[in-house]
Amino acid sequence: MVTLAAPAKSDRRRPPPPGTGPADRAVARPGLGWALPATLFFALFAIVPLLLVAVLSFASWGGIGAPEFVGLDNWVTLLHDPVMIKSLWLSVLLTALGVVTQTPLSILLGVWAAGPQRNRAVLSAIFFVPLLLSATAVSVLWRALLDPNFGVPAQARWLFGDGNLLGSRTGAIAVLVLVGTWQFTPLHTLIYQGATRAIPEVLYQAAAIDGAGTVRQFFHITLPQLRNSVITSVILMVVGGLTTFDTVLILTQGGPGTETTISAFYMYQKAFKSFDFGAGAAIALLLVIVATMISLIVVRLSGYDRMASPKEGL
Amino acid sequence: MTGAYARRHRPAPRRHRPNYLAALGALLWLCLVALPLYVMLGASLRTRPDYSTGGPLSFPEHLTLANYVRDFSSGFGRYFLNTMIVTTSVVVIVLVLVPPLAFSIVRGRGPATGRVFRLFLLGLAVPAQAVIVPMFYVISTAGLYDNLLGVILPTAAFCLPVCALILTGTMRDITDELFEAMAIDGATTRRVFFQLVLPLSRGGVATIVVFSSLQAWNGFLFPLVLTQSEETKVLTLGLYNFQTQYGIDIPALLAAVVLSALPVLLVYLFARRALVQGLMGVGGK
Repeated sequence: MVTLAAPAKSDRRRPPPPGTGPADRAVARPGLGWALPATLFFALFAIVPLLLVAVLSFASWGGIGAPEFVGLDNWVTLLHDPVMIKSLWLSVLLTALGVVTQTPLSILLGVWAAGPQRNRAVLSAIFFVPLLLSATAVSVLWRALLDPNFGVPAQARWLFGDGNLLGSRTGAIAVLVLVGTWQFTPLHTLIYQGATRAIPEVLYQAAAIDGAGTVRQFFHITLPQLRNSVITSVILMVVGGLTTFDTVLILTQGGPGTETTISAFYMYQKAFKSFDFGAGAAIALLLVIVATMISLIVVRLSGYDRMASPKEGL
Repeated sequence: MTGAYARRHRPAPRRHRPNYLAALGALLWLCLVALPLYVMLGASLRTRPDYSTGGPLSFPEHLTLANYVRDFSSGFGRYFLNTMIVTTSVVVIVLVLVPPLAFSIVRGRGPATGRVFRLFLLGLAVPAQAVIVPMFYVISTAGLYDNLLGVILPTAAFCLPVCALILTGTMRDITDELFEAMAIDGATTRRVFFQLVLPLSRGGVATIVVFSSLQAWNGFLFPLVLTQSEETKVLTLGLYNFQTQYGIDIPALLAAVVLSALPVLLVYLFARRALVQGLMGVGGK
């Protein structure tokens, strides 16, 4: 790393005035030199690629040689590609199903985990384990679990029938939603647990004096107070859901047919299997745009942008 | 996000009677969470014939470590080492780059500082999937394709926004009086950084170490696209290949899954607080 010496540079620019003058009374302020190494590094490996993705989406590139400018070709082809249109809808559908299953579940678990029960610490510790595994490990584990010949379906025929859950569109989508829920509910539970702990106790005391029971307290105090966390958590689910990749690659390979080929996976196939990097870049850009738009809509609808202090935000 | 956990010891909202319905729900969820984990551990500790005849849910007849030994000798030792190299390097890069950055953002003056911070906040919204195509272009142009360095650099770069956010949060809690006291002593910027800011941000530094090592350890997309040979294979990629090639040998496969997660699980056992805060960092991503 060549850039490592940079912090020292700002010190050379402001030599320590040894003992004399008013300068040593002033609070020492770091110059921009301190931020420079990290900023350059980040620009090179994140901002430049982000700009390049836009450039490449107007180019034809097969992986070797120089990219060739082709104008709107990639975009026109994509917009006429039925698999592409389907993959976008599928990404949105999977994301929506994820939000709908994970949100109520993680709110309930989070509120429960914030409580004072004695068994809470032990159970919470177990609940978090799926979050520790990589998405790869989780997908490999579930694929083994759901194996029609050697997995759980083979042992519980009365429940699963022929057991080939990944063989039908509905089954494959259900499995993807289930695995996503299994893996990410702990994260959102954590968000809600922290937020529930931060609700002022005095609100519950007031409600109790007014005679409100546990259920009414939950709906009239806890839920409204968790509003900001819901927004944070839903935005995380939207961005995470639209970019789901590992799970699809390992569990379904986009199949049966193209029934679970969501956009992020289609991008990978186009770029790294068909070596059509221009099309891959266009899909990637489309995904970023859709994710940003949905996040903005969530923020707008919830009025989050008009709040003075987004206390619960991450 | 660290604040919520600092408040851990304050009394939680008190309920008048135990909520049996909630306890039942928690128990149901426990089954769903624990069942796959039980199958994973159980299967990894038994022979293949035992697994095939008994099925995943039955109790192992006798336990064996043979699956682990076989995995380790069939390449997972190498993958383990590669993942260790990637993780250590990513953590080192993050530790060298982020504290000075956060210090500059929190204590620096002028509009440029704000602009730098906004750049990193913008980076929070960019998923790795979005840049993987140009990243392949950048890395192969730089001659780093199929080189661990080509995985390390982008992985570290994508850790920076969350780490910057976490550490600026911690550094903002250092009071102005302390800085003024050091100014009266005539301390240089560098001394303020090493003797005041760094020691007082230990909590935040621990969190970014956990966050970036988790990102590096569990990373899949960058290695998948940017490496290809056996010499540069990391654990996640090894798991994926194992699954596509020998997917029928479920006990060995699940032993490999356990193996890949073992260090993280050990850290979880011994340093749960730091790990959970690091995981909240993952949420910021």
